[in-house]
Amino acid sequence: MSARKALPAPSEELRAYLPAIEPDRRVTDWGRSERIEGLMDRTLYDWLYHYWFRCDVEGIEHVPPTGGALLVSNHSGALPPDAAMILKAIKEEHARPRPVHMTVEHFFKGYPGFSMLVAKIGGVPAHPANVHRLLHDEEQLVLVFPEGRKGTEKLFKDRYKLRRFGRGGFVEAAMRAQAPIVPVAVVGAEEAMPIFAHVTALQRLTGLLYFPITPTFPHFGLGGFLGYLPAKFKIRFLEPIPTDQWGEEPWNDRGLIQTVADEIRGRIQDELIDMLAHRRSVWFG
Amino acid sequence: MSRILVTGVSSFWGGRLAQVLERDPSVEAIIGVSPDDPTLELERTEFVRVGTQHALLRRIVQAAEIDTVVDSRLCVDSIQASPREAHEINVIGTMNILAACGGAGGIPSPVRKVVFKSSAHYYGCERDDPAFFTEAMQRPHAPRTRLESDIVEAENAVRGFAERNKDVTVTVLRFANGLGPDLKTSHRALLSLPAIPCILGFDPRYQFVHEDDIVAVLEHAVGHDMPGVYNVAGDGVLVLSEIASLLGRPLAPILPPWGTGLATTALRVAGVRIPEEMARQLRYGRGLDNRRLKAAGAVLRYTTREAVTRFAEDLRVRSLRDDGSAPYRYEREVEEFLRYSPSVRRPSDQAPGDGSGS
Repeated sequence: MSARKALPAPSEELRAYLPAIEPDRRVTDWGRSERIEGLMDRTLYDWLYHYWFRCDVEGIEHVPPTGGALLVSNHSGALPPDAAMILKAIKEEHARPRPVHMTVEHFFKGYPGFSMLVAKIGGVPAHPANVHRLLHDEEQLVLVFPEGRKGTEKLFKDRYKLRRFGRGGFVEAAMRAQAPIVPVAVVGAEEAMPIFAHVTALQRLTGLLYFPITPTFPHFGLGGFLGYLPAKFKIRFLEPIPTDQWGEEPWNDRGLIQTVADEIRGRIQDELIDMLAHRRSVWFG
Repeated sequence: MSRILVTGVSSFWGGRLAQVLERDPSVEAIIGVSPDDPTLELERTEFVRVGTQHALLRRIVQAAEIDTVVDSRLCVDSIQASPREAHEINVIGTMNILAACGGAGGIPSPVRKVVFKSSAHYYGCERDDPAFFTEAMQRPHAPRTRLESDIVEAENAVRGFAERNKDVTVTVLRFANGLGPDLKTSHRALLSLPAIPCILGFDPRYQFVHEDDIVAVLEHAVGHDMPGVYNVAGDGVLVLSEIASLLGRPLAPILPPWGTGLATTALRVAGVRIPEEMARQLRYGRGLDNRRLKAAGAVLRYTTREAVTRFAEDLRVRSLRDDGSAPYRYEREVEEFLRYSPSVRRPSDQAPGDGSGS
């Protein structure tokens, strides 16, 4: 998410002019399909969540039951399972389950196959205007990974070392929308699909974001992309950070945005270290 | 009391707009100009044939003391004209029409309002687009097709005109793809095929505006002061697979994701025309934020879904409709006879004080 593409917020009263919901529709205006999502949920997520990763969830009460909120999480794994597990955790554990929109790289909109699937299961291109509309106008939950691909392409030896949190665009988006930020720490995804090396030549050839060597990819073919190891998952939702505490139009203060972004990164990093210190086994938690 | 000039009156929406304005007693005079004959029957609209470049328009504007100019002539679909013609219409034509609307040589222009019909092609279709374009957004990259760059150039000319003439209300309407039984566009041709071609691995987001809404929004802009730019699109954004299922047609992913340009060229030989800007839409799709228009009081009667449903209904009965009534043909002599001959009995002659002559 680039901070330079900052856009003027549509004025407050335009919220009343959002299109009405048409009950016969199968796919939302964002391209999200309940049917495909439900299918993925029943066949894959359910099994991964309960039996393969055996997710432990803490602090689910920190996810607000109404209004927009920005979930900020660490990110890892060549085909990251953490996003799907956070979505599933809110669906399973939350008192009032809500749909979560996850922001994804623009790359996915331009690559055949991904382009169809990612939007259907709740992916939204990480454009500041999209995040603003979801948070402010539609008052939805949005999940961002500020590390972006820097997080997913990092090697196994660098696990649980958080990368730079972009240029703080996510903080700016939350400030503009006056939505709270909920930091999320996820342990387990790094071991579920460790990356040992990257093959740059093959990345260029296929036009993918990266071409990793994982325990199952590429020697088991494309299916190897789903070959997760059964690491134990722990998801911890931290206390929300209100973004309306810095007075009028705080997004004009670049320094403040960077400070807040670093603070959030620090909180997630501390939480990860704490969770790792208490973890006795990668596989059994 | 207003005196209105409509350019592109031979186009579907130009003709329909003129018909609607004719019914409004507060409209004193309607002049329709176009290089082609009108395609719809017009009652009191005066038709003047002009060249594609609209070079002599200033004289008409001055002589008829036009106060409102509706420019509905922009070519927004490669199906309508060759690239060279489209450039003449969109860039040179716009330049001349704007020149005709401005004052010159110390003579102030009578024009107080300009309504410019533009297109959402202004935004283009890119990978890193926002899901909903608002009017303030710029396209993220330079235009990639000739049609798009012509539309951007035309809009820039309109913006320049608005800055130079602060006392003129300039409304720019960016229309999403129109859809309706009488609207001939390349998307109509595409959606009328027995199977809808698409690009393998892509399911683009689409937004349509019903043909009746196109006319209604143009009329709203004529009747109300709404300076600035407005997106015009039906509520709701559908994905192509949902559109196909509403139409009851299968999707045919016959276009490969790589080398799409080659495949569209091959398809043209087979009789299916997929212009460049449509190929981009089939890949990335586009959504518009229409809330500014709704806030300005315009009412859109059809959502995107309803527009597609109406289109599907028409599709089922199209073969029956086609061989029905004879199409309208413009005959200059007949039109002039009906308007000016003393032998013609007009309703206003029979009932004086009826209002239509005042």
